[in-house]
Amino acid sequence: MLQIALWKRVLILAVCASGLLFSFPNGFYSRVETHNDAVAAIETFGSTSEREAEAAIWPSFLPSSLINLGLDLRGGAHLLAEVHVEDVYADRMDIYWPEVRQALVALRDQVGFVERVDTAPRGTLQVRIQRAEAIEAALQAVRVLARPVVSLTAGIGATDIVASGQGDVVTVELSPEEKAATDNRTVQQALEIIRRRIDEVGTREPSIQRQGENRILIQVPGVGSAAELKALIGTTARLTFHPVVSSTTDPDASAGPGNILVPHLDREEEFYIVERAAVLSGEDLVDAQPAFDQNGLPSVTFRFNPAGARIFGQYTSENVGALFATVLDGKVITAPQIREPITGGSGQITGNFTVESSTELAILLRAGALPAELTFLEERTVSPGLGQDSIDAGRIACIVAFAAVIVFMALSYGLFGVFADVALILNVALLLGILSVFGATLTLPGIAGIVLTIGMAVDANVLVFERIREELKTAKGPSRAIELGYQRALSAIIDANVTTGMTAVILFALGSGPVKGFAVTLMCGIVTSVFTAIFVTRLLIVMWFERRRPRTIEV
Amino acid sequence: MRLKLVPKETNFDFFRYRTITMGASIAAVVASLILWLVVGLNFGIDFRGGTTIRTEAVKEVDVGAYRQAVSALDLGEVSVIEVFDPNFREDQNVTLIRIQAQEGQESVTGAIITDVEAALKEVDPSIEFTSVDSVGPKVSGELVQTAILAVTAALAAILIYIWLRFEWQFSVGAVAALFHDVILTIGIFSLLQIRFDLSTIAAILTIVGYSINDTVVIFDRLRENLRKYKTTPLKDVMNTSVNETLSRTLMTSGTTLLALIALLAFGGDVIRGFVFAITWGVIVGTYSSVYVAKNVVLMLGVKRDWSKPSDGSGAGTQFANVDA
Repeated sequence: MLQIALWKRVLILAVCASGLLFSFPNGFYSRVETHNDAVAAIETFGSTSEREAEAAIWPSFLPSSLINLGLDLRGGAHLLAEVHVEDVYADRMDIYWPEVRQALVALRDQVGFVERVDTAPRGTLQVRIQRAEAIEAALQAVRVLARPVVSLTAGIGATDIVASGQGDVVTVELSPEEKAATDNRTVQQALEIIRRRIDEVGTREPSIQRQGENRILIQVPGVGSAAELKALIGTTARLTFHPVVSSTTDPDASAGPGNILVPHLDREEEFYIVERAAVLSGEDLVDAQPAFDQNGLPSVTFRFNPAGARIFGQYTSENVGALFATVLDGKVITAPQIREPITGGSGQITGNFTVESSTELAILLRAGALPAELTFLEERTVSPGLGQDSIDAGRIACIVAFAAVIVFMALSYGLFGVFADVALILNVALLLGILSVFGATLTLPGIAGIVLTIGMAVDANVLVFERIREELKTAKGPSRAIELGYQRALSAIIDANVTTGMTAVILFALGSGPVKGFAVTLMCGIVTSVFTAIFVTRLLIVMWFERRRPRTIEV
Repeated sequence: MRLKLVPKETNFDFFRYRTITMGASIAAVVASLILWLVVGLNFGIDFRGGTTIRTEAVKEVDVGAYRQAVSALDLGEVSVIEVFDPNFREDQNVTLIRIQAQEGQESVTGAIITDVEAALKEVDPSIEFTSVDSVGPKVSGELVQTAILAVTAALAAILIYIWLRFEWQFSVGAVAALFHDVILTIGIFSLLQIRFDLSTIAAILTIVGYSINDTVVIFDRLRENLRKYKTTPLKDVMNTSVNETLSRTLMTSGTTLLALIALLAFGGDVIRGFVFAITWGVIVGTYSSVYVAKNVVLMLGVKRDWSKPSDGSGAGTQFANVDA
């Protein structure tokens, strides 16, 4: 009759024991966290006595996985950035221009003079030829330059540029296949640069993920303000060095062919006309460090790679006495005179820096420039203080809810209620254990999910107990009633939990951030509550029944 | 002595006041829809775009001064609300400041947030900004779509599952009850002008999950009793089923409400709206399982002979043998 095979008993008890074991570290959260950090530090940076001492405060034979606290509990910043993938198209066209010019110049007899159209739409290259009747020949010459697209998804035969002609204008732009491939590369590259920049700052467990076509989701715990983080990842940080043609105070000054007008970073009325082609760019840097210049003001020192060092040395020795502008993201930081040739391959950027801004610039230069501009579509920050308040409030609510439900169950079902209470405690332990082992993230709505689970977890037990009560009326002895109670309540338990589970899955699939955390606890809660209700309380009841063999039972 | 929410044997006639309860439900749904259309929901920035800043200060908050400071920046509609919570410390004065999405901007600008923070610092140097949320109009538009999709998908999934496990009449009844719960939740949010954001959608889906749980338990018993009492009128079988499961229905609602009330009282103001929605949903959901779902099934009528396999008119019994 009421029998559970020995192996099943052992298995059930083992699951419960491991639930308790794995949820245990969460009771000593900060201690285990210190231990984990110390262990990670020893692995990456080597052992120190301090780290060893920190690692030793939690015994290594105990499990040390913790539930991840979400940003709303730990404090931190959440940013959703969109990468302006079109920025790259314009750069690509600039790179193509010399090739196109060369191809057309070779056809001078047919097409006459060629010139680039400055008013071309962004991301396209337009060239005006002198003799409109030769447009076909010009197009032919440009099309020869097209290369096959390097991509897994593009069809065979796709080329990277397409050229079209209208009147005397040849328009060159990237093909849709090449655009798709470029977009993909740009986002990957931006992701990598952002990761490097955030790693440079060294915060704990940042999460940087691609989302959709051209978005990047950045979650960094423990950051005080999003403004800092945005300054760090939102800056393109494209550093270039240009020869200065002249300086002016007129913002509308004409730069002349081959030159561009660049404003000064912080002196509003100062503008520089510099050559469009940069002598060197940030890509040639191998290192950058914050430093102080000879006047004791914050500055950034940098070192070029060998190729860069050679070009820099050659340029500075040929142009002693000329002005040389350091341009960051389209603004002149400084434009000093070249006093002597710089051949060592290292240099210094001085300007209106503070210690913070020089440190930041050094980080940005080390990590590299973003391939395209970013805009932020969504920004959420929570201070660690508010997060702690939420944890405290959540903890109190959990304890109160727990106590209330336990008392209520015991009062309603007597001994059976106590069995259900034991199962409830194991249920929460299992839930925390699962969340820890899988490194799930607990958010504030997630805490609400746990509290809700506490309230709803007893449902399956209630279903069974009520059923046993009913079966007792048609009395075929208590053991038969218990067995029938479990058997007949099963279909209701399954239907009820499958439907609830479906909504949790949908929540998980469509939700983001905190809502996802809620869905995770809800799903795990459903699984653990069904397990504890069907197996654990049953085992408890059976064990009690075997020992006592009561003639009558009261549920 | 046992605590009993309901006597051992109950024999309430749940359909006695059928016209009244059904009428009340329909009236409540209609009223909610009218409220929704006329008063409208107090959408949070998730769905409307904009910025909310939560401030904490040691000094008493002068809401007027805050509003003046922020309004001076000419950012359009600005609301400043002081938040009260019994869990706050003595010197914890919290406000929520909401700024509308700025015209013609696709994304979030840090400059606005920095300006607002600077202006508020002038009013009270001790002020701290404990959380800042900013959502651009592009994302908020997508979030609206996601929210609608989530609720629709949940209802559709349940409709299909109940149809497979029971009969189509049951699934129509269950989904009618869920609609009732969702609409009534939207109604109370319009009435009380509680902020409606992404977490409210999560709450609505939780309500859907809870309410269907309740409904399914009663349906399951009904199915069992329909097999047992083949000739008793449907109405009486239903009454028996509800009466038999009444104790369980109230016990589970009771424990869930206990837990939720604890969360409502002690869980802090950040998730109070979320918890309120779920609490409301548990109450409405319990009611609708008994009154709305049942009434709809009664009106539609069900197949009475469950001993034979289905004749193809419904997907019925073929998947319904978990308990066999």
